[in-house]
Amino acid sequence: MLLLFIDRSFTVPSFDVQVKLGRGNMEIELEQGWEIIERGITRLKNILEGLPEPKFSSTNYMELYTTVYNMCTQKPHDYSQQLYDRYRESIEDYINSMVLPSLREKHDEFMPRELVKRWENHKVLVRWLSHIFHYLDPEFIPRRSLLPLREVGFICFRNLVYHAFYRDLRVWVLSLIDQEREGEEIDRALLKNVVDIFVEIGMGRMDCYDNDLEAAMLKATAVYYSRKASNWILEDSCPDYLFKVEECLKREKDRVSHSLHSRSEPKLLEKVQNELLSLHENQLLENKDSGLHVLLRDDMVDDLSRMFRLFSRLRYGLETVADLFRQHVTGEGTALVKQAEDAASNKKCLSEPDSVGLQVFVRKVIELHDKYLAYVSDCFQNHTLFHKALKEAFEIFCNKGVSGSSSAELLATFCDNILKKGGSEKLSDEAIEETLEKVVKVLAYISDKDLFAEFYRKKLARRLLFDKSANDDHERSILTKLKQQCGGQFTSKMEGMVTDLTLARENQTSFEEYLGNNANANPGIDLTVTVLTTGFWPSYKSFDLNLPVEMVKCVEVFREFYQTKTKHRKITWIYSLGTCNLIGKFEPKTMELIVTTYQASALLLFNTADRLSYSEIMAQLNLTDDDVVRLLHSLSCAKYKILIKDPNTKTISPTDSFEFNTKFTDKMRRIKIPLPPVDEKKKVIEDVDKDRRYAIDASIVRIMKSRKTLCHQPLVMECVAQLGRMFKPDIKAIKKRIEDLISRDYLERDKDNPNLFRYLA
Amino acid sequence: MPRASKRKAAPASSSSVTAPPPDQSRSRTAKATSKTRLKESDQIDNLFDTYANSSLGQIDPEGIETLCSDMKVEYTDVRILMLAWKMKAQRQGYFTKDEWQAGMKALKANTLLKLVKTLSELKKEAEAPQNFEDFYSFAFKYCLTEEKQKGVDIESTCELLKIVLGYQFPSQVDSLVEYLKVQKDYKVINKDQWMGFLRFCKEISFPDMANYDENQAWPLILDNFVDWKKQKSGGR
Repeated sequence: MLLLFIDRSFTVPSFDVQVKLGRGNMEIELEQGWEIIERGITRLKNILEGLPEPKFSSTNYMELYTTVYNMCTQKPHDYSQQLYDRYRESIEDYINSMVLPSLREKHDEFMPRELVKRWENHKVLVRWLSHIFHYLDPEFIPRRSLLPLREVGFICFRNLVYHAFYRDLRVWVLSLIDQEREGEEIDRALLKNVVDIFVEIGMGRMDCYDNDLEAAMLKATAVYYSRKASNWILEDSCPDYLFKVEECLKREKDRVSHSLHSRSEPKLLEKVQNELLSLHENQLLENKDSGLHVLLRDDMVDDLSRMFRLFSRLRYGLETVADLFRQHVTGEGTALVKQAEDAASNKKCLSEPDSVGLQVFVRKVIELHDKYLAYVSDCFQNHTLFHKALKEAFEIFCNKGVSGSSSAELLATFCDNILKKGGSEKLSDEAIEETLEKVVKVLAYISDKDLFAEFYRKKLARRLLFDKSANDDHERSILTKLKQQCGGQFTSKMEGMVTDLTLARENQTSFEEYLGNNANANPGIDLTVTVLTTGFWPSYKSFDLNLPVEMVKCVEVFREFYQTKTKHRKITWIYSLGTCNLIGKFEPKTMELIVTTYQASALLLFNTADRLSYSEIMAQLNLTDDDVVRLLHSLSCAKYKILIKDPNTKTISPTDSFEFNTKFTDKMRRIKIPLPPVDEKKKVIEDVDKDRRYAIDASIVRIMKSRKTLCHQPLVMECVAQLGRMFKPDIKAIKKRIEDLISRDYLERDKDNPNLFRYLA
Repeated sequence: MPRASKRKAAPASSSSVTAPPPDQSRSRTAKATSKTRLKESDQIDNLFDTYANSSLGQIDPEGIETLCSDMKVEYTDVRILMLAWKMKAQRQGYFTKDEWQAGMKALKANTLLKLVKTLSELKKEAEAPQNFEDFYSFAFKYCLTEEKQKGVDIESTCELLKIVLGYQFPSQVDSLVEYLKVQKDYKVINKDQWMGFLRFCKEISFPDMANYDENQAWPLILDNFVDWKKQKSGGR
């Protein structure tokens, strides 16, 4: 049997020893054998003590090992048990006689130093002795279920040395840590070595480390940082405090990696976080002078990022931050709303509509969104909690209208101003694209999306029909963006409208060809007709305007032409949307007037009469009072007075009379006389309400058809969920529709459970 | 309202009833009983003829009025409505011969006197929990006089509520009627709402209405009623 001894004070360059392991007939007596062994052990102990001793050679080892071997294998006197016991006793003896006394006389840091040295020595001793007594390990020890040699050796140290000194060691460790925390230089190597004792003495288990050291260390850490926190919280601003916290965490982590066991890291950092952050979170964040609100207000990006980093370490740390963030954004947004309201009510005193102010308001909302979205993506690392907070904040104030106009309307008007010619926004193409992109993002927060769609559609119609659209590409681009965000159904009608215009141009070309080919189909006036597909465009009331004679033929000619194209469609003429170029032969000079068809019809009446009364005009035109008042106002009380009104007051009354103003002139040869559009707001809201009723009906029927029976609450909830994309249905409205559907026999109430509805096929 | 001036004097049209041939084995009492029975249905028919409009062959509103005054019961008394219910009358203000016969038989009444006597029993019967809902539902249907009519106007609904529920739930009915008259959302009341009123009276504590939950499937008109009432009594 060859054994290799690899030992730090004993090198074996080559091992070529003839070992006489023969079982001679010589039996070794216990004491006899022990004397040999003990001599060897003593030599080893001396070497450890640093006493002068000749080197322990491999031969020496072999001698001892062989002695043990023989004493264990000889018959009949097998001294395994005795050797085992004496092994242990040797160690104990050494500890008691040499180790403990030397430790006892050391103080302060000399004690740990000595203990580290003694522990290292002990490990060596145990190793050496284990080698010597090695033969016991494979058979004797397991046979008797005894502790292995190495363990016995360590247990001796633990029981005699460790148990006596660990408390002092601990105190020393903790004080060293605190010193380092206070900025003093410490002996990190020594600290590490001492900590390692706690680890190694557990012999594979971490009990000693955990219970004898770590527990106290964690407690002390908590105490330390608790004290620090109470000082800092009074003295420091929030960002400064957080800076310190980050530093502390860094240093503690560092310390663990150098001096402690890595398993302590999470627990340690958790203690630090708890004392410095968790317990003071609200106070820090809500600090009036330097808390979250201030950091946001003053754009302190680094500090905000740090705040995020630190609080994301806590389990629920970010919830509070996100909550305050939401409050802050809501506050900013609500302030904007108030600002706009105040500005609008001031303007109201001057009886001007505050369109500029409202435009500015929308732009400010967009800018607010940009600003806080940047914080979410930069400082708050796109965390969902903050996206959610931003969304909730915007949803709160974006749904407040300003000065009687809903946010849906304001947003639609904003888009109109960007997209129309001569709109208030003068922007580059890129800027327009960007702005439109942002508008669509803000739209996501508005609950009445269907209302926005309707206003947008109305304004789009005006842009398209009165050739006010600045750029076709932009028109299509925003529709694409809206489609992406809100779905195809949202934009299908609008896309249809844009397509209609393209088709209308082609149609006009065919019409002109037709006119060219049919000499007798000459309307006598240049006529352009735009054919609109009913479903796509907003509904327009078509009044039976009494067309001037000159135009009647136009209508007929076009109707004939259209019949040649298709027989299955019905045309309804919407004169309220038409424009007309009139030549006005005024005394100073002849001028061209661009007016609406209504205005033209009124003016042409004066070809056959010099003076007409309000009622005569109304009778001849066959329009409503509202329309007549509006158009006469535009011709006699506005910028261009084509007609002279008698009496010369600022408003139209049914007793007025009108005369053609032969003396009218302007420095331009060609002027446009605007007819301000009717306020569509009321109609839009009415139309949307009506559509909503249908939408709710359809949704309820859809749900009930698939579920067959469903209770009231879940039905309402599903309905709200289904319709949520377009608008937030009023619960009472849903109830009303349910009742209506019951009376129309789509549903019935269950006889036994009045809360349950049943679908009637 | 004036009393009906005409009184039917036509003879009983029970000539179709033929007596069975005398059977010697039949006892005297049996003979007498069958005779009495005949007499009873005759009496019922006679009574019918007394009030019926001969050209119509039915009792018309005037006839009912006369009947009421003869019984010394108000025309608007709930028991008349209950009588209609018992007869399963289809058309408001009219009783057909079949309806009359069935009703009178069910009431075991063949004379006016007996009819008057059974009226109080009838009231108890209609009010019995297992019957009341049926009667209440009938009362509404009875008011749907036009073909395809689905709702009853507010005025009539209020009157009906007072008659049918007034004595059982006086404070609820008073409040409801007051509300129905001031609200503008509905001009007619439909069946679902009508049945809702009864359920409300039965289930909801009044006047606090603490257990009313508008998130349940109560008809909207009741949600509005509760809001109105709460506001009136000083809000929450």
